[in-house]
Amino acid sequence: MKNTDSSSSKQRLLSGNEAIALGAWEAGVRYAAAYPGTPSTEILPALAGYAGVTAEWASNEKVALDAVIGASFAGGRALAAMKHVGVNVASDSLMSLSYTGVGAGLVLVSADDPGAFSSQNEQDNRHYARFGKFPCLEPSDSQEAKDYTAFGFDLSERFDTPVMVRSTTRLSHSKSPVLVSMPDAGREPVPLAPFERKPQKYVMIPAYARMRHPEVEARMEALADYAETCPLNRIEWGDKGVGIVTDGMAYHYAREIFDGFSFLKLGMVYPLPERMIREFAAQVDRLVVVEELDPFIEEQVRAWGLDVVGKDVFPRTGELTLGRVREGARAAGFPVGETPREPASVATLRIPQRPPALCPGCPHRSVYFNLRKLKLLVSGDIGCYAIGVLPPFEEMDMLVSMGASIGMAHGAKQAGCPDDIVATIGDSTFFHTGLPELASTIYNEGNTCTMILDNRTTAMTGGQNHPGTGVTLQGETTRQIDIEAVVRAMGVEDLWVVDAMDVEGVEHAIREAVAVEGRPSVVLVNGECVFVPGFERRPVAMVDEEVCNGCGFCFRVGCPAILKSDEVDERSERPKAVIDPMLCTGCTVCLQVCPRGAIYEIESEEA
Amino acid sequence: MQDTINFLFVGVGGQGILTASDIAAGVGLEGGYQAKKSEVHGFSQRGGVVESHVRWGEDVGSPTAEKGTVDFLIALEVMESARWIDWLRAGGAVLINRQRIAPMTVTAGDAVYPSEEEILEVVKGRTEDVSWVDGLAIAKEVGDTRMTNTVILGALSTRLEVEPEVWLRVIERRVPPRYAEMNRRAFEEGRRAVG
Repeated sequence: MKNTDSSSSKQRLLSGNEAIALGAWEAGVRYAAAYPGTPSTEILPALAGYAGVTAEWASNEKVALDAVIGASFAGGRALAAMKHVGVNVASDSLMSLSYTGVGAGLVLVSADDPGAFSSQNEQDNRHYARFGKFPCLEPSDSQEAKDYTAFGFDLSERFDTPVMVRSTTRLSHSKSPVLVSMPDAGREPVPLAPFERKPQKYVMIPAYARMRHPEVEARMEALADYAETCPLNRIEWGDKGVGIVTDGMAYHYAREIFDGFSFLKLGMVYPLPERMIREFAAQVDRLVVVEELDPFIEEQVRAWGLDVVGKDVFPRTGELTLGRVREGARAAGFPVGETPREPASVATLRIPQRPPALCPGCPHRSVYFNLRKLKLLVSGDIGCYAIGVLPPFEEMDMLVSMGASIGMAHGAKQAGCPDDIVATIGDSTFFHTGLPELASTIYNEGNTCTMILDNRTTAMTGGQNHPGTGVTLQGETTRQIDIEAVVRAMGVEDLWVVDAMDVEGVEHAIREAVAVEGRPSVVLVNGECVFVPGFERRPVAMVDEEVCNGCGFCFRVGCPAILKSDEVDERSERPKAVIDPMLCTGCTVCLQVCPRGAIYEIESEEA
Repeated sequence: MQDTINFLFVGVGGQGILTASDIAAGVGLEGGYQAKKSEVHGFSQRGGVVESHVRWGEDVGSPTAEKGTVDFLIALEVMESARWIDWLRAGGAVLINRQRIAPMTVTAGDAVYPSEEEILEVVKGRTEDVSWVDGLAIAKEVGDTRMTNTVILGALSTRLEVEPEVWLRVIERRVPPRYAEMNRRAFEEGRRAVG
């Protein structure tokens, strides 16, 4: 897969995600869909910039994959992108897609998150390839990310299979040089031929599914054969004292630490090239597998009866690093050099942490301030509002996956939980999987209060649009789905619609909604995220030092713009509050909670 | 791989660390090296710590350096220099932008922001090569506080063999045209600040 330089090509630094998008475009992808999720989010915006591709945000990952399956069946190359846990959502379709196979090439990008930098777990999605019986390609840098993605479409068509391209946070968010040549940027797609009807292939009723299963097994055998000659798997001979089998980003760590030894770099990690690995193993004194997270390669190699050093010395949890690979290698007695010397004694200084906080002006602030005040049980969801579990709110009791807030709250009540329980869910998450959860709660007459925190964007991942924003991935106006109308249409009569910046109004709504007996209630909290384009700052708030007595109540709203002043109140001997006018957006939440009326708004020119 | 030059940019979300490290990686590539950079975003934009690795070399493998091998630790925020000092190789260079951003733990009164002396003591445990740059103040003089990271890049550039023209070319490509001239001045002031 080594690219040869040509006069029309130029090296550019691309992130793994940008390179995946470029590879898909070069392979002639016609349709792409995704739900935003770190670290996969940037793939679709990058693809949306290319001519001849229809790229869309879907309301969730299953919806994205379903649309991509349809595009493939219709004869257009198609790509779905999602974070690792998103594949769980899409997996219902994915498992049967393995049976149907594809029309035109289909690539599923799974961006895993070893280290759980921005995720609820660090599951290893290479297992999906084995579980679902389809190939998995694993690039190690941006050049490979581009090449493997393009290659994946050919592989998909050649073997009539979905192909998973697995990235990780480190790859998706690293930049490395890619040879880029883009002569035909204005490409127009050739119209598709009429749909070719193949019900026995595409309609998975039990009778046809049973017919397809042997095809899947035959395909996997053919792919295992192919793996032996697949150009993505390569051996780099060096000192044969140690032979390292490795994949993805782990390859780079291993290559630096085991400098000079022999490597078998797997670009296709499923199915594995058994003969190639056996022959490699036979020629080296000691065989090592260096891979991130689970012993996915190692367990298969062990099953063939080969002796291997692996997870007995390398960690199963967290992201690998050069340091962790060196530690493991040294523990196994390999001659890999000393760990760089640690400094003498620097641990004397306690350096304050920087925990994430709700931004100044965040519409979630009044919600968690009030939930804490009312001491309610809170079932949380995926989004910025997960910060509600941290100080100063510490007001979240469960969080598992997208949309789960509503179902968990419902189940807790149905099981007989005596506490009042509130589910908090964002607008994008509501469209993702909140809708069916709410439907089930309404249907079963659950006695929960669901708070939908509508900040008009998918904030956590950097502000992507969704069905409730009225704007597409390309920034064009589209039909906007009205959450209030949806909730009413679902039959919820106990519905309160409040302004997020009205602290008392939010409190009042929660109190009334929680008091509803025998049926579900909903509080819709409207307030734009400060990162929504066109968000308008209001006149900033200021603290009147004469009036402030350092009671500290305003600090409980957890706003980064409210600082402790050097001024200390004489009587309470506590620091007064001061507001940083550079950070304040004028949301007035602090002004509303100040018991002494010491905070006031000023005209912006004074600030 | 022994000849790799390792940079670690650290600071706080919103300081332009990702742009600065993008530029540094671009300069490496333009200056004839292979270059890689790596960062982790996500929660970090909500006031958290931001770290970004950049590596230049003939054959760069891992996009992140090994702890204890960083040649240049560039702290856009004062306290972060101490937090990340273990990553520096003994005798490596530290460049600190004289700007303090108190985290919520400090503003809420649960923690104390360390003094400059305390921070310096930690840093000096690893290296004597410490340069302070009044990046924020210089950027203000140049006309925009957002130029801080360009000032710092200017200061950093004096320690490297790549010609200043290459830095300026990469910076110009990376910033909006109307800010190109201001960035050029910020870069040159940064060079002067440590020159």
